[in-house]
This record gives sequence, C-alpha cells and structure tokens, in this order.
Amino acid sequence: MTISRKDIEKVAVLARIQVDDAQVSALEKDLGNILDLVDQLSAADTESVEPLAHPLDAVQRLRPDEVTETDQRAEFQAIAPATENGLYLVPRVIE
Amino acid sequence: MHNKSVAELSRALEQGTVSSVELTRQFLDRIRCEDGKYNSFITVTEDQALADARAADEQRANGNATPWTGVPFAHKDIFCTRGVRTTCGSKMLENFVPPYDATVTANFRKAGAVCLGKTNMDEFAMGSSNESSYFGPVTNPWGAKRVPGGSSGGSAAAVAARLVPAATATDTGGSIRQPAALCGVTGLKPTYGRVSRYGMIAFASSLDQGGTMARTAEDNALMLNVMAGFDPKDSTCVDRGVPDYTATLDEPLKGLKIGLPKEYFSEQLSPAMEQQVRDAVKEYEKLGATVKEVSLPHANLAIAAYYVIAPAEASANLSRFDGVRYGYRCEDPKDLMDLYTRTRAEGFGNEVERRILVGTYALSAGYFDAYYLKAQKVRRLIQQDFINAFREVDVLMSPTSPSPAFVQGEKSTDPVTMYLEDVFTIAVNLAGVPAMSVPAGFIDGLPVGLQIIGDYFSEARLLNAAHQFQQVTDWHQREPN
Repeated sequence: MTISRKDIEKVAVLARIQVDDAQVSALEKDLGNILDLVDQLSAADTESVEPLAHPLDAVQRLRPDEVTETDQRAEFQAIAPATENGLYLVPRVIE
Repeated sequence: MHNKSVAELSRALEQGTVSSVELTRQFLDRIRCEDGKYNSFITVTEDQALADARAADEQRANGNATPWTGVPFAHKDIFCTRGVRTTCGSKMLENFVPPYDATVTANFRKAGAVCLGKTNMDEFAMGSSNESSYFGPVTNPWGAKRVPGGSSGGSAAAVAARLVPAATATDTGGSIRQPAALCGVTGLKPTYGRVSRYGMIAFASSLDQGGTMARTAEDNALMLNVMAGFDPKDSTCVDRGVPDYTATLDEPLKGLKIGLPKEYFSEQLSPAMEQQVRDAVKEYEKLGATVKEVSLPHANLAIAAYYVIAPAEASANLSRFDGVRYGYRCEDPKDLMDLYTRTRAEGFGNEVERRILVGTYALSAGYFDAYYLKAQKVRRLIQQDFINAFREVDVLMSPTSPSPAFVQGEKSTDPVTMYLEDVFTIAVNLAGVPAMSVPAGFIDGLPVGLQIIGDYFSEARLLNAAHQFQQVTDWHQREPN
C-alpha cells in the first residue's frame, strides 16, 4: 500500500496541519509503512460481523434538561491566546 | 522512608511516627537531588505540596483521615490539575493551566493525598518509549540510556527510582503496562469505563483508560479505591458499585484457572522472555492454580486494527487544538487558515502529526469503509476471542512486552518498529478488559513484566493474583542502584 504525495497534501489540508516538501517525503515513507501494517486487516473475514464502537456497547446516557453549570466564561477566556469584550479573537475572516 | 509502600506510609502517618510535612519534604528532596538523571517530572509543585501536607496533618490530628491523607504521590501530566499547568508532554500545552480538575485529580484531593507534581510522558500519550515528549526523554532508572517505556514513562521511572511511592497513569494501547514492565513496577489498566476520563486529556476515547502505578499490588488496590467509580461527567463511565479492592488481596489462589494464549508464545518470543514468564506461571501453580493453553485466534490483527481506530479517534479529538481558545498559537497569522495550520504544525511533534494524518486519511471519503469500519469489525472479533477465553479460564498470562527496556534511539527512527512494542498489550484495550503488569524477573539486569489479563470488572481478582505472587517473590522490591 502506498500513499501518494497528492494524498498526503490533501489529508494535511483536511487535518489543518502545514507540511513542507521535505516533510511530505518523510511522510510518504512513514505513512506508507503504517498503511502496510494496517493492510493486514484486509485478510480478515468480517462477513456479517457488526462493527464494535465501544467495548461495553454503551448507549448515550440522557439527563434531565436542567441548567447545572455556572457561567465561567471569564475564567475560561483568561487562558485564551487573544480575547476582547468576552469574544475570542482570530484574524479577520470577512473583509 | 522512600523505600516504603503507600500502605506502610499510611500506617506510619496513622501511628504518628512521621508527619505528612516530613514525608513530603523527604520526597521533594529526592526529586530535587535525583531527577536530573531521569527527567521523570515535567512540573514539581513544591509549595502546593507542602501546603497540602500541612492541611493533611491537621486533618489527621482532627481524626478524619482516609488511608491517603498526607501520602505523597504524582499525577501523569495528562490529568488536568486546577491551577497547575498540564502539558500532556506537548508544546501545544506548554503553558496550559487548566481552570478545572479532572475527576481523578479531584478524587485524590478529596482523599487528602499530597500531589508532588506532574510526570513526563510521550506527547499526547502517543509512544512506547517516552522519547516523543516535548520536555525531553525520560531515562530508565535500571540502565543509563535505556528507555522507561511509554507513554506513562515518567510515572514508571519516578516510582522505580523511589521519587514517589505511587503515580497515576493512563493506558490506550499499553501505556501503563509496558512502562511498568520496563521499569520493574506494578501497574493496572482497569476495565474501560471503570475510571472517569473527565479531565484526562483525550487521545483515543474508546480505548483510553486511567489507571494505577506503584511498586506493590496492594498499593495499586489503594489507588484504585480512590480512582474507580461512576462519574456523570464522563458519558462512557460505568455506573456500577466499587468494591474495596484491598479486601480480597489475601484470598488464596487455589483453583485459579490460568490460560496461556498460544498466539503470545509463538516462535517470535525470545527464549529468555518465555523462560521468565513460564517461571512466574510455575509460582502460580505452586500457589494452587491450574494452567492450560488457550487461543486468541485474532490476536495477530490487534495492532493493525488499533492503528486505524486510535489515530482516527485521535484526529477527531486533537482537532480541538486550534490556537483560538487555549494552548499554543503561532506568531502573526496572516489569515484564519494560516492560524490553524501553522499553530498545529508548530505545536505538535512528529509522531502526533503522523497519527493525526493517518487518522484523517482513514476517516476521509472513499476510505472510511475500507479502514475504519473494517477495523471496528475486527475489533469485535478480538473482543469475542477474550469472551470465549474467559469461558474457560479466570485469567490470561503472557509477557507484557517482547523485550526488556531498549536503548534510546533504537526504535525511534521507524514508527512501525515502535508500534510492535505493544504487541501483547493492545488487544486488551480493543476488548476493554482489565490487565496488569507485575514484576517477574530480570534479563541482563533489566526488569521483565508478567501481564495478567482478566474478564470485565475483575480488577479485584487481578490485584489478588498479583498480591499473592508478591508474597512469594521479591522482584517488585528490587531497587535500581
């Protein structure tokens, strides 16, 4: 199993990680090796086997629709890289 | 005092032969003098620890102590600690000071234990050697230049070096058991859902489980007594009663049925390692256990299934690190995309990036069925193997790792070589069953671990089996020089 440079560049965009040309070359080899390892799965007979997402087959627990958390915005925003008037700041998105 | 177990320190505090402040100072001194060699701590919280120790001494004087009141320990730096930076071994969280406590952290706080600091680990718990930490590698106290294993390598090294009597840890594919084995300490990964994951920084949410590390099985039981239990803040935490894990430690093992999975004793296993494990099993036979061969027919597919499922879940979990709400942010982003992509490229190390990319690929359009869905189907086959085995036997035994501690750099050039380090531990996480690693001998002066795997929620039985073994062996008492 090989993974092309184009695939790696596409996946890096999806994952929001900047990669340069040298990294893509290294990733081509490393990711190729990992996918080779993973390819052993294709040999397994999984006809009529249900996928297992959670070891105890748990389902989402529901709780009463009540407010249980207090407002901690100031505390949470104190650790943010940039905030103003209670808002998180990012570079301008709309001109 | 630094050679004493948690149980012994707890008794000494109760009898008043030592105070928590004295103990805390002694262990802090040891960390200051010794940890330069090991790098097992990322953060040492000296002032906070001494304040907590003073409070613990008062609590004892007032007569409302728990077994943990005033006992020093450490947290793996993956558990959020309110007001104390929590890095997860990453540049991304180098300056992250959580505004809340993990449930595990809160539980130890409530019990009156004294946290001395946060232990080193592979970045975001991704690794088997502690070499991927942004804060530098950890050295195994048993050998200069040897890795301590990972990802909970700091916790294992700190306990082995007697810098703390116990430390918390987490295990997604072997991250408690493998470092425990390589450092000659005792570790337990509980059943998935036994310990709350709230505030434990997520790697692969359907596999991650918090657990225990100490020198004795008894101390692991004392830790689990504090850690286990239902938590409404973790939707996958199991609502089920918690026994006193120390209550059954002394039960005899007569009639215990041990299974040896034949797939774990294949020709790839080194003769020296096989000998150590078979010698340990002989001790169990002397204690009245019976032994038979069993089969886990899909064991050989565990690593492949894991390296789809774990990276896929990691890619989703780690998408939260965006440079906006907390954690690292790149300098002078020119637009929003640049902010995201450069923050993540600069904030994550190589192994974390690789796993995010593999996971993103496995989940991307056109590949989802072939990778993720296929891996989840294989996961069910692996779980069924364990269910079938536990119809025949009470526990399974195997080596914890294929070899003792390897040399730093030996396996870090090829990710796949490193992944094979977890060949005996990974299936346990996929199935969600509990397992321990118990010191069981030495090869060339380096410790070897015996893995004991149990059925769902059989932690008490595992701890009992480990404790009885430790009554007739002294591997867990050996001290690195």
